[in-house]
Amino acid sequence: MKKNGMSARRRAYEILMRGAMYLAMGITCALVLFLIFYVLIKGGANITWELLSTTPSYLSGRIGILPDILNTLYIIAATLVIVLPLGVGAAIYLTEYAENKKVVGIIEYAAETLSGIPSIIYGLVGMLFFCQFWGMKTSLLAGALTLVIMNLPTIMRTTQESLKSVPQSYREGAFGLGAGKWRVIRTVVLPSSVDGIITGCILSLGRILGESAALLFTAGFAHALNGFFDGLTSAGATLTVALYVYAKEQGEFGVAFAIAAILMVLTLLINLTATLVGRYFKKRRDI
Amino acid sequence: MENIVHGVFLFLGLITVAFVLLITVYLIIAGMPAIGELGLFNFLFGKSWGPTYAVPEFGILPFILSSVYGTAGALLLGVPVGFFTAVYLAKLAPPKVKALVGAAVSLLAGIPSVVYGLVGMLVLVPAIRSIFNVPDGASLLAAIIVLSVMVLPSIINVSMTALEAVPKEYEDASLSLGASPIETYMRVTVPAAKSGIATAVVLGVGRALGEAMAVMMVSGNAPNMPSLFESVRFLTTAVASEMSYSSGLHRQALFSIALVLFLFIMLINAALNFILKHRKEG
Amino acid sequence: MSEIIKVKDLCLWYGSSQALKNISMDIPERSITAFIGPSGCGKSTFLKTLNRMNDLIPDVKITGEVKYDGRNIYGPGVDVNDLRREIGMVFQKPNPFPMSVYDNVAYGPRTHGIRSKAKLDEIVEKSLKNAAIWDELKDRLKKSALGLSGGQQQRLCIARSIAVKPEVVLLDEPTSALDPISTAKIEELIDELKREFTIVIVTHNMQQAARCADVTAFFYLGNLIEVGQTMQMFSTPNDRRTQDYITGRFG
Repeated sequence: MKKNGMSARRRAYEILMRGAMYLAMGITCALVLFLIFYVLIKGGANITWELLSTTPSYLSGRIGILPDILNTLYIIAATLVIVLPLGVGAAIYLTEYAENKKVVGIIEYAAETLSGIPSIIYGLVGMLFFCQFWGMKTSLLAGALTLVIMNLPTIMRTTQESLKSVPQSYREGAFGLGAGKWRVIRTVVLPSSVDGIITGCILSLGRILGESAALLFTAGFAHALNGFFDGLTSAGATLTVALYVYAKEQGEFGVAFAIAAILMVLTLLINLTATLVGRYFKKRRDI
Repeated sequence: MENIVHGVFLFLGLITVAFVLLITVYLIIAGMPAIGELGLFNFLFGKSWGPTYAVPEFGILPFILSSVYGTAGALLLGVPVGFFTAVYLAKLAPPKVKALVGAAVSLLAGIPSVVYGLVGMLVLVPAIRSIFNVPDGASLLAAIIVLSVMVLPSIINVSMTALEAVPKEYEDASLSLGASPIETYMRVTVPAAKSGIATAVVLGVGRALGEAMAVMMVSGNAPNMPSLFESVRFLTTAVASEMSYSSGLHRQALFSIALVLFLFIMLINAALNFILKHRKEG
Repeated sequence: MSEIIKVKDLCLWYGSSQALKNISMDIPERSITAFIGPSGCGKSTFLKTLNRMNDLIPDVKITGEVKYDGRNIYGPGVDVNDLRREIGMVFQKPNPFPMSVYDNVAYGPRTHGIRSKAKLDEIVEKSLKNAAIWDELKDRLKKSALGLSGGQQQRLCIARSIAVKPEVVLLDEPTSALDPISTAKIEELIDELKREFTIVIVTHNMQQAARCADVTAFFYLGNLIEVGQTMQMFSTPNDRRTQDYITGRFG
């Protein structure tokens, strides 16, 4: 071979690029580690049973986040119950019924548009439409309905993807037996698309848990303890909104960090579940 | 029966479209009156925001510029870090590192914005105050740093997908010409994935432009013209911070700000669609 | 005719399965050597060991030696990038980069440090002329290479690989994805190229080997069964299996 090794210039380029990659990787990893440990350590110290199990009282100066935890659960349940049929239905329409390419294009474009809109705008429109126009006042239900619009594209997309991967032969087999379209969807197509629906639910769960801007003006800031149905019709802060209020308006950083730690652990769990569920369904599909 | 079912599904399919129309129509109806009253030019290019002054002023140029500078700054920091991380993960990382860092990046994407805001408030803001010796660390710079972290996951994930989709044949050809693996990735794989990487950047712009809570917690929230160490207010935080106590023209002006923000986002969406369409043809 | 590559006792494993078994052969300089054999016989794998393209596959183990220019390319201190610059490769599926025709050809020289526009222009023109595609492409140098026909793309890839002035060009079934007319053009081109380069071509098409190659090697199940002058091999093969293969009894 004529020359031995790369020229100095090429070697410098190589070192520079490699260095940039390692540096970038280092920054990304350091950020994640710092965020996890900082929040867990600062928050962990402030999590007490009393904090988790009581309501705040101005008289005694006690702070408890039980109402916020419950509100979060209520709003998650309400949102998912409403958004699932809508999103799954829309996905079924797109993959099983729609024949007009233009209509499909418009619906998909609308879904893309929805997923790009900032949450603060959802909050604003939710306030105008649900709270004022529909007269729901500031309530968890108004918040949940706002979140329904935000999460519709997610459920729709994941369901659509798994519906698309249901082999055409399944449908043909069922049609061949003389089943009607709706029956085929109900008995053949839907059951094989459970994975997409569940993935969509997990993604939405994470998004609802983390959402705050859209809830400020729709669900409000109250910390009252309610049952499910009373809760839906009254105002209430979710964990994220409570974190914001305690940190920004009241300077209760200990409580804020405790909530942040809880949110962090839940986010970790949701991500873990998503990975495991993905792996489980992939395995099942490969068989 | 079949017809009824078909109708129901058609209705569900069109709900998405209805929602987009609802949001658009509501924002226009709510946002136009104040613009009409104040004049488009004065509203967009007025440098002073003071709805409670004796003679109220409604200029949103400070918000527009803060949003634009903040987004640009966040990308300036976030894109190089995200890009090089993506190249490393997509091309060089051993499978285990890739899985682990991939999980870390998804976590970063899942952390609620208020948590970013909280850490920013208690770590970043004091750090900026003491490092740069300024009276208050709650500033444009703090918002830029927090946003740059928040845009990282979408930049990394979308770029990675694009880089992984580049056919291996291109890389083989480059290697067989005597280019090293790194040269190959940077000069063949990256250019071949450029529309995907552009998509990643545009998504990052959308995310930074639309973020409200984290920015509200670290940027100080004063309606100043933007400057790195000045307390600033973004378009998003302008809507959020005064909504609860505003009324009359003031409230309508906040709706108009939301309309301006919405138009910005629509512009980003159009850019995204343009790139995607281009990619299909090219 | 002197030998430019000498292979001795080369074995290759993918994990635990052995794909090449004790291959020894020499490749003569400035001539065309063809590797033939049924698919899965190891001919492409062997070709890739000659410029170490197998390095990229995880779990590959190689023993024995490949001497190029008197030096074992698997020995210590060998720079793979230098090696691949001198032993280039053209692949089965035409794989021009998604760039302009000009940038495709200029990619190699640029990588190796040539910056001058005039010099690059000269190399691009010369390489495209050598690949017999200059007349077709001279007016569209700035256009994307992906817009060319399959045959044009493959000749562009040949131009790209000779632009770095290699000694040896390895061709891995270069015409299997092309129509007969494009194939004929490439064969003609290969015949021209042997004046300047050593050509090694893997082909599944025996007529192609018979038409173009000076030397032919027959591979079967990871073994090199027979190697010799093409004329001799196709008229009077030494091994029964070679005979069976070239008369179409299997493969």
